[in-house]
Amino acid sequence: MAMNAIDLPDARGHFGPYGGQYVPETLMALLEDLEAAYGKAKCDPEFWAELDRYLRDYVGRPTPLYFAERLTEELGGPKIYLKREDLAHTGAHKINHAMGQILLANRMGKTRIIAETGAGQHGVATATVAAMFGLKCEIYMGVEDMERQALNVFRMRLLGAKVTGVHSGSKTLKDAINEAIRDWVTNVEDTFYIFGSVLGPHPYPMIVRDFQRVIGVEARAQILEREGRLPDVLVACVGGGSNSIGLFHAFLDDADVQMIGVEAGGHGIASGEHAARFNGGDLGVLHGARIYVLQNDDGQIALTHSVSAGLDYSGVGPEHCYLRDMARTAYTYATDEEALSAFELLSHTEGIIPALESSHAIAHVCKLAPEMSRDQIVVVNLSGRGDKDVQQAARFIEGVR
Amino acid sequence: MTRIGRRFDDLRKAGRAGFVAYIAAGDPDLNTTYQMVLELDRRGVDVLELGVPFSDPLADGPVIQEASQRALAAGATLEGVLSMVADVRTETEIPIVLFTYYNPIHRYGVDCFVKRAADVGVDGVLMLDLPPEEGGDYIAQMNEHGLDTIFLVTPTTRDDRMKLIASHTRGFVYYVSRTGVTGERDSLADEIQSKVSAICQYTDMPIAVGFGISTPEHVSEIARYADAVVVGSAIVRRIGEFQCDADLVAKVGAFVGSLIGPLREGV
Ligand SMILES: Cc1ncc(COP(=O)(O)O)c(C=O)c1O
Repeated sequence: MAMNAIDLPDARGHFGPYGGQYVPETLMALLEDLEAAYGKAKCDPEFWAELDRYLRDYVGRPTPLYFAERLTEELGGPKIYLKREDLAHTGAHKINHAMGQILLANRMGKTRIIAETGAGQHGVATATVAAMFGLKCEIYMGVEDMERQALNVFRMRLLGAKVTGVHSGSKTLKDAINEAIRDWVTNVEDTFYIFGSVLGPHPYPMIVRDFQRVIGVEARAQILEREGRLPDVLVACVGGGSNSIGLFHAFLDDADVQMIGVEAGGHGIASGEHAARFNGGDLGVLHGARIYVLQNDDGQIALTHSVSAGLDYSGVGPEHCYLRDMARTAYTYATDEEALSAFELLSHTEGIIPALESSHAIAHVCKLAPEMSRDQIVVVNLSGRGDKDVQQAARFIEGVR
Repeated sequence: MTRIGRRFDDLRKAGRAGFVAYIAAGDPDLNTTYQMVLELDRRGVDVLELGVPFSDPLADGPVIQEASQRALAAGATLEGVLSMVADVRTETEIPIVLFTYYNPIHRYGVDCFVKRAADVGVDGVLMLDLPPEEGGDYIAQMNEHGLDTIFLVTPTTRDDRMKLIASHTRGFVYYVSRTGVTGERDSLADEIQSKVSAICQYTDMPIAVGFGISTPEHVSEIARYADAVVVGSAIVRRIGEFQCDADLVAKVGAFVGSLIGPLREGV
């Protein structure tokens, strides 16, 4: 079963009944070109050597696997290790797939880069690699997200990107993706769309996963070196699903390693204001893929809520849907309040301010720890750092108290 | 053969190009859409495309996005649109195509949708984000119920795909005349004529050309080489502008009449 999972998707981009290419006809040829270019790059050792070089010298990989001793003490359960993606250049895992995709764009001779962004981390990562390669760059961002992630808007502009606010719909990530796709169908000749998660039409979920896989490959080697054995549980937050699949993928064949994805519970499932697609969503088609989607009875995409912009999206990547069906992975959620408590806890105990997204993963570890024993091991993906969230968190924490 | 096929046969015999009008169903409300269908029929529209409102219309420009939002805000649903078609079908034989994103249909259930569409008197469906590769089940159901599956060809479509699309298309082939989203344009795209002749190599189906066509001049130009001309945003924009006008339906009808004029003068 796990062996199969590693070979997915199939030739047409399906993970079982999920994924695929549900796009307007104009994009079909572009996706075909992308698939062909990636197919060639994938078999080319030069491509990976070049990517590895940039990941090492520019991004700062490998990122550390850090034993969080004080957090472990505090929770009184298993040994907790943090995979420090927050220490990657630009402060989140998004740079891994941005770097991979821009190398692909270079190979395809594309001169203009576009991307969507929610928390702004993917936008910053994209603007960064575009600056580094001297390519024109435009980032689409919902105006609500621009407000709550103002620091990242400034960073993108500083990096030379044009940041275009999106006013339609919920004014968050989903609408930014709509607008980026509209740009792409218009500027078909020169533009490369750097996708920000394991979402969208084939081949994006596969490409982004392949570029994020490095997280788990490193973590697996690091924990084996440190502990001489594999962890019992992996935990990661799930927006579209890129940091989580990145951590999980290299462990899929390790049947004893349990994997838990944590979605945004917002104000709680009962409130209807959340982004927990596996707890209230069902099968739908959004942004080119058949996936779990939050929607109403008429098939209109629902608005979501999360304190964390990076998890505030109505759909979840196709590979996660499939792995969940296979019972290889499991999904739960943490509410805004739980995430904010975890945000404070990690800051106090470890001197690490996590991104609000990553705080959801920490929040789940807080629930998990009391049920586990001290000789067990948990690896948490610390997908990003929290500098971008400090203002937002201050507002909430003061509001709650 | 559906009403679409019969209409194109008539047009062929009459030696003129057809006029296809797109409106967003439920904008500003379904009752107005009902009257608009009858008005457009009276004005000589040959095929009516009814847009099913969707929350995330990623192939549409601002004009149709806003119309879709207005329709949703006024409570339009897929079922509501189908019921409206059932009502209006008692009064008109105008060929009706539903123009829709896939998710509302997926949610409704492809089986149920196709059956219901056939029952209420829909003639064809154009599913914007369902390429033939993903649409096997849908195509089979549509064929079984005698409804037309209309697919798009675009400037980026290469010959091998053109062949595939032509083989699955019934009713007419819709050539999207430019890359990009729906919306009015000042000028027509290049190479429309050569693309239309390329499509002709693969099919005997009529070819309709749309996207960006906004004026009577554009209509005359396209009618020289295509079997039909599609106008959407230019009509939808006026529906938006005349929203609060008691004469909304008549005013939009008059505008559509002015677009059809050149086709009636014989081309
Ligand atoms: C730090 C961080 N973690 C997680 C996410 C969620 O995305 P994904 O599920 O693709 O990792 C984001 C998205 O912006 C992010 O910035």
